[in-house]
Amino acid sequence: MRKKGIAQDLSFRAMDEKIEKAFKAIMALAVMVPFVILAVLLIDTAVDGLPRLGWDFLTGFPSRFAARAGILSPLAGSAILMILTAAIALPLGIGAAIYLEEYAGKNAVTAFIEINISNLAGVPSIIYGLLGLGLFVRFMNMGRSLLAGAATLSLMVLPMIIMAARESMRMVPGDLREAAYALGADKWTTIRKIVLPLSLPGILTGVILSLSRAIGETAPIITIGALTYVAFLPDSVMSPFTALPVQIFNWISRPQSDFHVNAAAGIIVLLVIMILMNSLAIALRYRLQRRID
Amino acid sequence: MQKRPLRISMTINIAFAALFAVACGKNPAATISIDGSSTVYPITEAVAEEFQKSNKGIRVTVGISGTGGGFKKFCGAETDISDASRPIKKTEQDRCVEKGIEYIEIPVAYDGLAVLINPQNDWCDYMTVAELKKLWEPEAQGRIMKWSQVRPGWPDKDIHLYGAGADSGTYDYFTEAIVGKEHSSRGDFTASEDDNVLVQGIAGDKFALGFFGLAYYEENRDKLKLVAVDDGKPGNGRGPIRPSQETVRKGTYQPLSRPLFIYVRKESMEKKPEVRAFVEFYLKNVPQLAKQVGYIPLPQGAYQLAAKRVSDRVTGTVFSGSKVGVTVEELLKKK
Repeated sequence: MRKKGIAQDLSFRAMDEKIEKAFKAIMALAVMVPFVILAVLLIDTAVDGLPRLGWDFLTGFPSRFAARAGILSPLAGSAILMILTAAIALPLGIGAAIYLEEYAGKNAVTAFIEINISNLAGVPSIIYGLLGLGLFVRFMNMGRSLLAGAATLSLMVLPMIIMAARESMRMVPGDLREAAYALGADKWTTIRKIVLPLSLPGILTGVILSLSRAIGETAPIITIGALTYVAFLPDSVMSPFTALPVQIFNWISRPQSDFHVNAAAGIIVLLVIMILMNSLAIALRYRLQRRID
Repeated sequence: MQKRPLRISMTINIAFAALFAVACGKNPAATISIDGSSTVYPITEAVAEEFQKSNKGIRVTVGISGTGGGFKKFCGAETDISDASRPIKKTEQDRCVEKGIEYIEIPVAYDGLAVLINPQNDWCDYMTVAELKKLWEPEAQGRIMKWSQVRPGWPDKDIHLYGAGADSGTYDYFTEAIVGKEHSSRGDFTASEDDNVLVQGIAGDKFALGFFGLAYYEENRDKLKLVAVDDGKPGNGRGPIRPSQETVRKGTYQPLSRPLFIYVRKESMEKKPEVRAFVEFYLKNVPQLAKQVGYIPLPQGAYQLAAKRVSDRVTGTVFSGSKVGVTVEELLKKK
């Protein structure tokens, strides 16, 4: 009986191994498919765009001659948009997260707010554009300015920042908090000295990742009135503006193929910025985490 | 040890505050704001580029929201100049009147709308306006589905249609010229605001037919084949005529040659010297610049008549209703 049992067991194991190998192959394929598609896309863009990249391209203004056209004004527009968006969304997001995580009581109102924040994270970006057009551009009279654009993008990234911040505050061990209270610290001191510093790596990662999503957004900023031809650098937050995705889109839709090369070069610049932002997120997380440990 | 991250975030906040302070301080420079048609955009961009070279202090901004979207902003007093690939519509005129916006209408160049097919298509060489109408009118939807239904003798194969999106001035003009009613056509065609998508579609499909601006054909000559169009009116050229710089300018390629416009707000013209200077610069330089970016200049006489309208501040429209087949000069002459 017992012997037979073991033999059976072994044959099952052989079967299992076969299934496992097949499973592993399928999973590897699942990794390969998106990776290959991405690689083809990147190589195709790089082949088209790399020869066009250069100092002149980065420091030139838009032009009707594809070879003379540069991306200085959209690059500056996108950079200022991101800085302003971070300046607006960071304090609001962290504030909201601290309130919800530390102060709010567990009641129906809090639950309602929480459900809404999760839902807002899934709202299509064009809806935020329409909201920004009505609220910031028209009602609050900001005009079609950088400030209106940044305010709109802030609304879009806020739910993501709040959720990331709450998640990392929740990771702060309870006994550290209790130890702080035991030493006589009040709630505000505990949050300031224990909770915030410990959750900062997670919060910053969340912020940078959501900003790197915002920088590629076209729909909301076109809706609130990003322009296409801007041959000067913005000198105030009320200045009219253009941004990288808008310029890329315009170049792609031109008839002359030289402009399509410009578009490919613009895409490379945008990708490099995104990669830099994402690596910054990883580096920050790593450094701050090590300091805490 | 735990203090340092907080100090970092405080430094970041102070940096932001400083940036706000620096950013908010200045007065805006003289600005000319332009928006509207994507078809007219390359011309206005070219003029703006040249204008800014000789007028360093003045800022010109050009947006693309389509002819209709441009007029919405224009009649809301948000812009000084509106690019338009068709004349202003009655509803848009009413809106401008309501808001007290007066405007000067200036035709700036011609564009030919080309009808295109795949190079492998060896049966179709020309089409009459009546055949195009039969194919594109709203009643054709679901009924005229094969080439053989357009003209007997053509293959009994499905016809695949491509055209400009319904928000564009291009679509409005094509429907006015072919169907006879602005903004009215069959709905079962592949529509795109990006003409390169239409080029790709027709280039890869033997049984395709589509329409878009002549400039996109010029850049893709090897991938597409032009269809000559016969309007059945010998008065402006006999038989089927192919669009070209020549036939569009002389007005023999009818009815698919269209004028492109800018509309200037009268109030901006009077109160902002930079707008006046820009419009004068526009009229003087647009003949060469339009050509450079792939469009067809108007006859010199038309520019002179337009300049006269500008200096006399003649407001209102003489083109409205997408007048097909009348020359720009004839229209500009009547008051």
